[in-house]
Amino acid sequence: MTDLKKTPLHEWHKNNGAKMTSFAGWEMPIQYVEGIKQEHLFTRDKASLFDVSHMGELFFRGPEALKALSYLLPTDIDNLKKGHAQYSFFCNSRGGVVDDLIVYCIEETTQYLVCVNASNLQKAYKHVLENTSSFDAQVTDESESWAQIALQGPKALDICEELYTGVKSLKPFQFMKTEDLIIAQTGYTGEPGVEIFVPVEKALNLWTSFIEKGAKPCGLAARDSLRLEAALNLYGNELSEDSNPFERRMGFTISKTKKGYLGYEALLELKDKATHALKGLKSLERAIPRKGYEIFSLEGKLIGHVTSGTLSPVLDQGIAMVWIDKKSVEREKKVQVKVRDKFVQSEIVSLPFVKNI
Amino acid sequence: MSNKVPDDLYYTKEHEWAYVDENIVTVGVTGYAQDTLGEIVYAELKDEGLKVTQNETFGVIESVKSVSDLFSPVTGTVIEMNSAIIDNPGIINDDPWNDGWLIRIEMDSEKELASLLKPSDYKKLIAKS
Repeated sequence: MTDLKKTPLHEWHKNNGAKMTSFAGWEMPIQYVEGIKQEHLFTRDKASLFDVSHMGELFFRGPEALKALSYLLPTDIDNLKKGHAQYSFFCNSRGGVVDDLIVYCIEETTQYLVCVNASNLQKAYKHVLENTSSFDAQVTDESESWAQIALQGPKALDICEELYTGVKSLKPFQFMKTEDLIIAQTGYTGEPGVEIFVPVEKALNLWTSFIEKGAKPCGLAARDSLRLEAALNLYGNELSEDSNPFERRMGFTISKTKKGYLGYEALLELKDKATHALKGLKSLERAIPRKGYEIFSLEGKLIGHVTSGTLSPVLDQGIAMVWIDKKSVEREKKVQVKVRDKFVQSEIVSLPFVKNI
Repeated sequence: MSNKVPDDLYYTKEHEWAYVDENIVTVGVTGYAQDTLGEIVYAELKDEGLKVTQNETFGVIESVKSVSDLFSPVTGTVIEMNSAIIDNPGIINDDPWNDGWLIRIEMDSEKELASLLKPSDYKKLIAKS
């Protein structure tokens, strides 16, 4: 794993029993000593820390920063206030998803931070530069300077408030700045909590100060099962350049009135073409529905596939997000998932599976 | 602990162990295998009376992270399946060498044992990975 990038917490992870894995060009902790299930349940019960320093940070600055960014997003961000954040996606000309992201308004109209996926950073940055050259705005990739730490769980805000007064009075998707940090009430677990942008050289101090307050580290594996219980999309599973965002639970980010942005015409057409949707699935037998497994109606007709699946630590049951023909499951909620050579009885349910915010 | 390799067993490249008592072979997965897989949450095993073939699958174990096929060390007939594993696959993590055994096979031919790994070979294999 010599060519992989390391976060400023790398040594800490190794010294604290983490199993490391390669993820999007980074060497990241997949789990610690207690194991995935315990880490997952501790997050739902108390508060966990996640090293998410691999995430990318793009800054839009200049007189036309808002215009440039707005041209790339189907979401209306004209009224996004300073200190507020918004989930959205970079849309390509075909209406597909280049990357899903969170926009943070640092100064209205002139300064925005966009947090993108590690796996899409290069692609997203290129997409941005190629499509914003006509605007009076500078876009810079500052991912190398920023680490990111997420603190998530029912106790997360209390712990954070002890160190940074004011965090608790924020609402979800609001953030505050300190001298060094951007502390946002966002997350990827379905729990209350914060995601903190911290300069690389200060990350270890921040991390250990949360550990001292009782937070426990949580690896990428539990992060994935947490986000899946909360039915939050993962790029590469639920989202891609070629999938229809209206079939991928992204419709809420697409403005009904905004026009003229990149991908606008394509999205107009895709809206009427949406025959499938992302739904929840629970297996009624002991089995784990996994990414790519096919879903059949009770009559044996192929009606969709699993985009993400796991054994839910909270429900102790196989759960999945599935991309499925809407009409086929309007009335009949029972379906079958093909797991290797067996058909596993399952049911379509509403999302999310677990939500505590 | 997970690198323990008992001396009285045979091994496969796919990290199964085989304990041979006359013509009865008890099969499980190694400590190294369970540690690499992580928490095992599901197991599917061939039942009593079914035939198994050397180097072919006799079942599947799944951790939260992944699905792994189980490969039979010998050819023969399953005479017992550890049903406790089906109800509680975590036993494989807790005690891969004893209570976590998977199936017992009545083997057709002792000759097949020659192609299995000796403890020293298996130690080398996991030292490399």
